[in-house]
Amino acid sequence: MARHVVAKLSEIPPGTRKLVEPAGRPVVVFNVGGRLFALSNRCPHAGGSLFHGKLVGLLEATEPGKYTYSRQSEIIRCPWHSWEFDLATGMSRCDPKTVRVKAYPVDVEPGANNVEGPPKVETFEVSVKDDDVVVTI
Amino acid sequence: MAVAAKDFLGVDCDVHPTVPDIRVLLPYLDEHWRETMIEREVNLESQSYPPNAPLSARPDWRRTDGRAGTDVKQLTEITLDRFGASLAILNCIYGVQLVMNEDMATALTRALNDWIVKEWLDRDQRLRASIVVPLQNVERAVEEIERRAGDPRFVQVLVLAMGETPLGRRHLWPIWAACEKHKLPIGIHAGSAYRHPVTSLGWPSTYVEDYSAQSLGFQGQVASLITEGVFQKFPTLKVVLIESGVTWLPAFLWRLGKFWRGVRVEVPWLDRPPAEIMRDHFRLTVQPLDGPDDPIAIERALDHLHSDDVLLYASDFPHWQFDGDLPMPAGIPARLHAKIRIDNPLATYPRLGLSAPQRTAGG
Repeated sequence: MARHVVAKLSEIPPGTRKLVEPAGRPVVVFNVGGRLFALSNRCPHAGGSLFHGKLVGLLEATEPGKYTYSRQSEIIRCPWHSWEFDLATGMSRCDPKTVRVKAYPVDVEPGANNVEGPPKVETFEVSVKDDDVVVTI
Repeated sequence: MAVAAKDFLGVDCDVHPTVPDIRVLLPYLDEHWRETMIEREVNLESQSYPPNAPLSARPDWRRTDGRAGTDVKQLTEITLDRFGASLAILNCIYGVQLVMNEDMATALTRALNDWIVKEWLDRDQRLRASIVVPLQNVERAVEEIERRAGDPRFVQVLVLAMGETPLGRRHLWPIWAACEKHKLPIGIHAGSAYRHPVTSLGWPSTYVEDYSAQSLGFQGQVASLITEGVFQKFPTLKVVLIESGVTWLPAFLWRLGKFWRGVRVEVPWLDRPPAEIMRDHFRLTVQPLDGPDDPIAIERALDHLHSDDVLLYASDFPHWQFDGDLPMPAGIPARLHAKIRIDNPLATYPRLGLSAPQRTAGG
């Protein structure tokens, strides 16, 4: 497990995403309302770029015709075949047991941490604009 | 669940009693409808199985009037005694589904089921039957199921592959609720109410196009019943595809499953892939079984069903699906024959266990 500083938090404000390449691996970092998620950019189905997908909510049903909607913008829909993946876990909605996209831990640290001294994870403070976004792969 | 005794040969899950003429139903109609049938000279034929079509009756089974399957003796001698089965399920294909008038359809359906009881079930204790329902009216269809449900010899509810609307549509759900309540599978048989062309392209010119297109009707019904969530609402309900051809199903499930993955949000109540739902809820009768002459190729095709539980033995008497005395299609592995003849039907039709003939000691 290696930690990689991939961006300044100010580069990924809420509602946006950024394609980064820690250790040469394409990873998308999403900022959903201030919460960060990191997924491999490559859809495990056919290789579509999740960076170009749409974020949607989670639609479930208690029974046919009874819809329950939650977790707005926490599901990424691949632009190629519309398979859905959970940003938090990487699990697909259609076949969660066997189909998933790699999800990486993502943290926010004060920028100074990564300049001198050992890395130290701290509570995410959205108001600090120059914090580093750190992805562990 | 009844466990089959050693002398239990199995169940023929699709045989057809033939209504020779509407006159046989007149005693079972009330005065108004009896007079109406006579005055208007109403007679019905199954448009899907016209009497002179080769498929409608095997030549060696036709009587002098060209009909086959018009009496208990011939039907039981061939399907039970000669082919070797202990029970047969009667699926009466008559023109009642084509009738536009709901009240007439209801009266004819009730008469048809009464006729099946008196002229067939009461004459041979080895016979069972499907309840024919007037899908023209949901309430009347439920009433007909409730009327027959007390008779354990009725083991299924019979509908056609092509009706007015796809069978998964929710306005039909009271019928499926009654089916589940009384442990009656839905038997979907080839045939059309001719409310729509039998192909989505429009009307074809020939009979061979009509009959071949039936598998497309079955495909639509499988998709409708699964995607509408019928099996989430009625988790113990079973559906039997009767005279469907069988081998189209794996390819269709690949297609349905593939596209479902991309549009899952349309049907969020589905908690697993369509193919898994199919294996839990659908069964198929084995005549006809569409495939090449090479039995090995058929066995390979059936492997794609990924289940030994879904096939049900059937002769499809008197339809001309095969020659000779071996209804079990070549290519079905011998190790599955007993399961397809005995275990699978008994598991599919719980009411067979309620009404099974007296078993031998230790059976």
